Amino acid sequence: MIERGHHDMGGLPAGRVERTEHDYAQWERRVDAMAVLLGSEKILTVDERRKNIEALPPGDYDAMSYYERWVIALGQALIQRGIITTDELGRKMEELERRREP
Amino acid sequence: MTQPQFVTEYRSSVLPRFDVGDRVKVRAAAPLGHIRTPFYIRGHTGTIERLCGSFPNPEELAQMRDGLPAQPLYRVRFRQKDVWPDYRGSEADLLEIEIFQHWLEKA
Repeated sequence: MIERGHHDMGGLPAGRVERTEHDYAQWERRVDAMAVLLGSEKILTVDERRKNIEALPPGDYDAMSYYERWVIALGQALIQRGIITTDELGRKMEELERRREP
Repeated sequence: MTQPQFVTEYRSSVLPRFDVGDRVKVRAAAPLGHIRTPFYIRGHTGTIERLCGSFPNPEELAQMRDGLPAQPLYRVRFRQKDVWPDYRGSEADLLEIEIFQHWLEKA
């Protein structure tokens, strides 16, 4: 039995809460915009995104930033919905990786 | 029956079972899937503060289904000192959480 999901950490010790605002990177703004559009176009629900964030392995969940979790969850949901395939995503990521190399 | 504070677009065949002021216990279930009821509140007893309206069930929406019929959603009020055994704040401090009807039973 999974009594408590790793993400479900309300009430557990978590250290200090960082209250300062910070600027978002361009890719983070893009991820946010994509999530909003996928929602308003009724392609994905926020609940699907949450499900996929909650499915992250605990080590990855802790190591990732907020929008890193989002982009992984959106990718998973797009594959689950059949909007993209695993192979398309893999090849696109390889292509971008190559483009980045000097 | 108390009227919702705001009208939602979701008409539902699932009728609200609780009234404002009713004592309710949160089910101490641990199913699989996407769960909106936080772990820390399961098994605790609180009071219905309001009916928020009826909304598609997020547990179903997360699995790419329509979540219908919409489920009544309540704002439930708990005493902080009932929820946290080591709570050091005021006796009067409250915690309010929105919880779907199927997670609640009469206390």
